[in-house]
Amino acid sequence: MSGKKENSMLEIKGLCASVEGTEILRGIDLEVKAGEVHAIMGPNGSGKSTLANVLAGREEYLVDAGTVQYNGVDLLELAADERACEGIFLAFQYPVSIPGISNAYFLRSALNAIRRYREESEIDAVDFLELVRSRMDLVGMDEKLLHRAVNDGFSGGEKKRNEILQMAVLDPKLAILDETDSGLDIDALRIVAEGVNKLRKQERAIIVVTHYQRLLDYIVPDQVHVLSEGKIVRSGDKSLALELEKEGYSWLQADDAKAGNNA
Amino acid sequence: MTEAEELREFADREYEFGFVTDVESDSLPPGLDESTIHQISKLKGEPDWLLEYRLKAFRHWLTMEDPSWSKVERNSIDYQKIIYYSAPKPKKTLDSLDEVDPELLETFEKLGISLDEQKRLSGVAVDAVFDSVSVATTFSDKLAELGIIFGSFSEAVKEHPDLVRKYLGSVVPYTDNFFAALNAAVFSDGSFCYIPAGVRCPMELSTYFRINAAGTGQFERTLIIADDQSTVSYLEGCTAPMRDENQLHAAVVELVALEGATIKYSTVQNWYPGDADGVGGIYNFVTKRGMCKGKRSKISWTQVETGSAVTWKYPSCVLLGDESVGEFYSVALTNNMQQADTGTKMIHIGKSTSSTIISKGISAGRGQNTYRGLVDVKKGATDARNFSQCDSMLLGDRCGAHTFPYIEVRNPTAKVEHEATTSKIGEDQIFYCNQRGISTEDAVSMIVNGFCKEVFSELPMEFAVEAQKLLAVSLEGSVG
Repeated sequence: MSGKKENSMLEIKGLCASVEGTEILRGIDLEVKAGEVHAIMGPNGSGKSTLANVLAGREEYLVDAGTVQYNGVDLLELAADERACEGIFLAFQYPVSIPGISNAYFLRSALNAIRRYREESEIDAVDFLELVRSRMDLVGMDEKLLHRAVNDGFSGGEKKRNEILQMAVLDPKLAILDETDSGLDIDALRIVAEGVNKLRKQERAIIVVTHYQRLLDYIVPDQVHVLSEGKIVRSGDKSLALELEKEGYSWLQADDAKAGNNA
Repeated sequence: MTEAEELREFADREYEFGFVTDVESDSLPPGLDESTIHQISKLKGEPDWLLEYRLKAFRHWLTMEDPSWSKVERNSIDYQKIIYYSAPKPKKTLDSLDEVDPELLETFEKLGISLDEQKRLSGVAVDAVFDSVSVATTFSDKLAELGIIFGSFSEAVKEHPDLVRKYLGSVVPYTDNFFAALNAAVFSDGSFCYIPAGVRCPMELSTYFRINAAGTGQFERTLIIADDQSTVSYLEGCTAPMRDENQLHAAVVELVALEGATIKYSTVQNWYPGDADGVGGIYNFVTKRGMCKGKRSKISWTQVETGSAVTWKYPSCVLLGDESVGEFYSVALTNNMQQADTGTKMIHIGKSTSSTIISKGISAGRGQNTYRGLVDVKKGATDARNFSQCDSMLLGDRCGAHTFPYIEVRNPTAKVEHEATTSKIGEDQIFYCNQRGISTEDAVSMIVNGFCKEVFSELPMEFAVEAQKLLAVSLEGSVG
């Protein structure tokens, strides 16, 4: 397979990572192109969130082996804030609160940090507000949340919408959604998913990490990968997600065993 | 420049006020005995009653011992090695700012304090104190039209002796404590302020303190009197050069609020903190107290303490008048080897008095931060109220935070509430900011600023921005 096409945005090869001495990722290979949506599925503890955090540059996650190329640069060489400035966005499974700092101030600081990194001029308060307002409609968010402290006292649904709002404003090249559906009721899920769909575009790649198929009813992926014990054990199109939904994750072990026998 | 840029620029600097101004100065030789006090008093052309006051204080001081009860470790101070008086030459009476030594004006310009009235955009009147003396006061004439007296303490002694004599030592008597006694004996200058009855002071009054000469101690004295139904907001800022020895700053601040009067006193303290290993830095041992003397009077202290090797102070309120109000809002940051033991005393004496204490302590490096506070409700203080909140934040695992709230209640109708929290700045908070493109340094600054928001919102606008920048500078290198 000729892996190095021009439009390959992310290329992960043989990625192994551990947390506090426990090996979690055991050789991930994955290629994502601009414009694509990839879903990473798998049971609890399979390494889905670890993969998301390793890509975002969380320090507690140690990369033991493998390479990650992102738009031609060695991603693993970059600090977390540099990765963000290079266009990688992680929508957190558990968004963090920052008491005393307004959502608007935080988001503008983030946007301006990224703009400075790209040697663009900073955005002033007026233009910023206009930009945010235009994006807020995407996720149906109430403007008063802008003036509250970052995620402080937000409901689960508000936090997740806030993540997608940040994504809409920061306009990343690669967005990784880490269990964005967890803790959402069906209405909130639909609103968040519709927001994400509006943000799909040719220049952007999206990786959706999820345990359940239901999110993929709304955000329809181009490819689905099933992660088990730190490895991608199957890849396919969206029908794979449906298959999983029907059969559950239990067949993975059997499948694994088969793969082991073949090797 | 945006705030973030400014913050970054500040964060990249070390202590930026560490320069020394090359001016000739008149100094007394180091050492302290009765003749030193006679000389100080003579140099300042003081009346006999003030000399007597000083001498009584000095004799009392000799009977006292250098206190050691605070939670700080420090070198002992050799009081005979300190220079007690140092004044920049020429020491002639100044008729206008044009006669101030340009070197001095430049020094204050460098510190961001323009003494040129034409250049000052905002409504802030400044009294600039350089080592032992006040070198300039702006807007005095304009304030005088309203009957407001604002200028150096020495001037006030000459021009308003009755007021000074009536109130000097009335809130902090020289017998109060070791450093208050020392200050009363040797104080050189400081600010004096009187707001007449019914007057709302139209601009912020501000004193800017600068220690320059080596080996000197700074012992300034500030006295603010707000007459019936008057209002004043007062700001205080301070810096000092970087020196290897510890320099002593032992000031006394007395506030008197008469009936219905309000005094708001804000401090941004940025004395030289010493280097990363704890060499040098200012010993900031200050006695600050306000007396809510009249009914429905109010005194509000706001302090942002980021400098000094050791900070040891408790701006307090004596709530004597019925329905009087005392407030204390504090941010104390200790980084590297800095230590702070600070807090307040709220003494409830009058009926229906109320007080609020909001303290935010931030410890980084090997810094030690102690909140020590007393809420004292006396027997006659019916329906007294107090609310205290003491929050500590730790950056890293080599620093410490300590809270000692003392509560003494002798009246059963009192309602006293105390809340305290300690949090460690979270890796997850920093990562969250990083993941949005914000650098770790800016993230820490942002999180700490959020933590301090309730206090910063009490500061006058101009100071609030300065305080945020200061925190950024002081946190420099605290995360690795």
